[in-house]
Amino acid sequence: MFKKYINDFTVKDNIRLNSDTFLLVLQHPAILPQIIPGQFVEALVEDAPFTFLRRPFSVHDVDLEQNTITLFIKIVGKGTEKLSYLLNGNTLNLVYPLGNSFTIVKRQKVLLVGGGFGIAPLMNLAKVLFHSQCDVHILLGARSSCDILLLDTFKKYGKVYITTDDGSLGIKGFLTQHPAIKDEIKSFERLYVCGPEVMMQSVARLAKKNNVTCEVSLENTMACGIGACLCCVVDTESGHRCVCTDGPVFNINDLKWQI
Amino acid sequence: MADLRVKIGTLNLKNPVLTASGTFGYGLEFDDFIDVNKLGGIIVKGTTLESREGNAYPRMAETSMGMLNAVGLQNKGIDYFISDIYPKIKHYKTNIIVNVSGSKLEDYVAVAEKLNELTHISAIELNISCPNVKTGGMAFGTSCESAAEVTRAIRKAYKKTLIVKLSPNVTSIAEIAQAVEGEGADAVSLINTLLGMAIDIKTRKPVLSTVTGGLSGPCIKPVALRMVWQVAKAVKIPVIGLGGIMCADDAIEFILAGATAIQIGTANFIDPQVTIKVIDGIDAYLTKNNFKSVSELIGKMEV
Repeated sequence: MFKKYINDFTVKDNIRLNSDTFLLVLQHPAILPQIIPGQFVEALVEDAPFTFLRRPFSVHDVDLEQNTITLFIKIVGKGTEKLSYLLNGNTLNLVYPLGNSFTIVKRQKVLLVGGGFGIAPLMNLAKVLFHSQCDVHILLGARSSCDILLLDTFKKYGKVYITTDDGSLGIKGFLTQHPAIKDEIKSFERLYVCGPEVMMQSVARLAKKNNVTCEVSLENTMACGIGACLCCVVDTESGHRCVCTDGPVFNINDLKWQI
Repeated sequence: MADLRVKIGTLNLKNPVLTASGTFGYGLEFDDFIDVNKLGGIIVKGTTLESREGNAYPRMAETSMGMLNAVGLQNKGIDYFISDIYPKIKHYKTNIIVNVSGSKLEDYVAVAEKLNELTHISAIELNISCPNVKTGGMAFGTSCESAAEVTRAIRKAYKKTLIVKLSPNVTSIAEIAQAVEGEGADAVSLINTLLGMAIDIKTRKPVLSTVTGGLSGPCIKPVALRMVWQVAKAVKIPVIGLGGIMCADDAIEFILAGATAIQIGTANFIDPQVTIKVIDGIDAYLTKNNFKSVSELIGKMEV
């Protein structure tokens, strides 16, 4: 178990990536504790009358030298919209680091699959796997080329494949139609997946069929993020488990998905 | 520093701040954020005789200044509590109160009898007000007869302090409070959540798997405050107030309305340190207004 903290972070940068997605670079007041790939934070959205609860976000990147963490946020409602207006020097209160993590392996051939803003937790994962001498492959899927984000950063850590629904970049079609996964799935020792649940389930189906280890990161709605409210449960082989404390990362074999 | 001590039945609280059941786990979940020993007490998650999986996901919907939940008393049952959780929490130097729920009278009694044996459990909060279970729960708490019946049975079975948690989903909460007082309850706590619902207009389906759920948070505070005031006037036993308390000012309102102690619930989800802030804030208010003790403030609203 990781010790959890509550701190005010200072906004160091707010980088707009496209019409509804941005990166928040947050400066820790002192020394950042260890945060591992897959973990998340609960952010307090202040002065937003329609945003009562904290908002959970995956940790997108960690810089232990600068003591910063980066959140990748898509504007989906009033809370995330409010956060998109944060300026350098503003503060953001976080409860962190929360949840478990992806399994970090060494010297394996791995495939990271990110659908839409499911890429949020995958950057830190790609970086850490790259540094543990893994042969990292990254498959990104989105509606259109303008939604394929942070390509250059991903390319630093592995070979990148792309699909778009409209064919404006990479291969036209769904993620699961890309040859890297459709034909080559057996060449990977492990899959890491994050994105819409339907997409994660279709990747999980392929992984199960081909007997490849597969971990998915879930994003059930939650209140507390620390295992107190029991709102974010997912059906598993061992009953209802909290996505916030037993997850957000689950091995697909533990989930009761009908795939 | 003002004297923050209050008494509920035979319980001595070092301050009037308790945590509401189902919002604070077993205290352990908050160890990283606060010193749990500083609280007046913790009321642990609703515990039933048998293990319960609770309701299907989704179980939560955010609302304006609040939230709906339909957890449905997920817990591993009293035997698991005794064998696996109690040993981990009995060291706390604060009152540990177990919220007890059940679908039939015998279940409540069986749980209460088992809790009699636990030295470090100082009270039961009898939950006759959970809106999220099909049988039992709120059904016991919405008529004077059934509320009296279950209180009578537990009073016979349980030797230590008995608190009865009341449902606001009734015509007259004061009458229910009087009914359980008449059967020997040492205190009443109120309010549990208000029955509510939310609809997703994109899918035109209910947000919660159970359609309806329990509303909590600051949106219910005015209703809770009114009910605490009504009940405090109607009974002689101590009243524990809860419902949307987010800060010390809110807690002081409940005390002025007649609450001897208060519980903090949903606010724990937003600020895991809120309980300590409320304790400090009550103390600061008392000092500033020249009260020597919190008990001087109870029911001191001047109409």
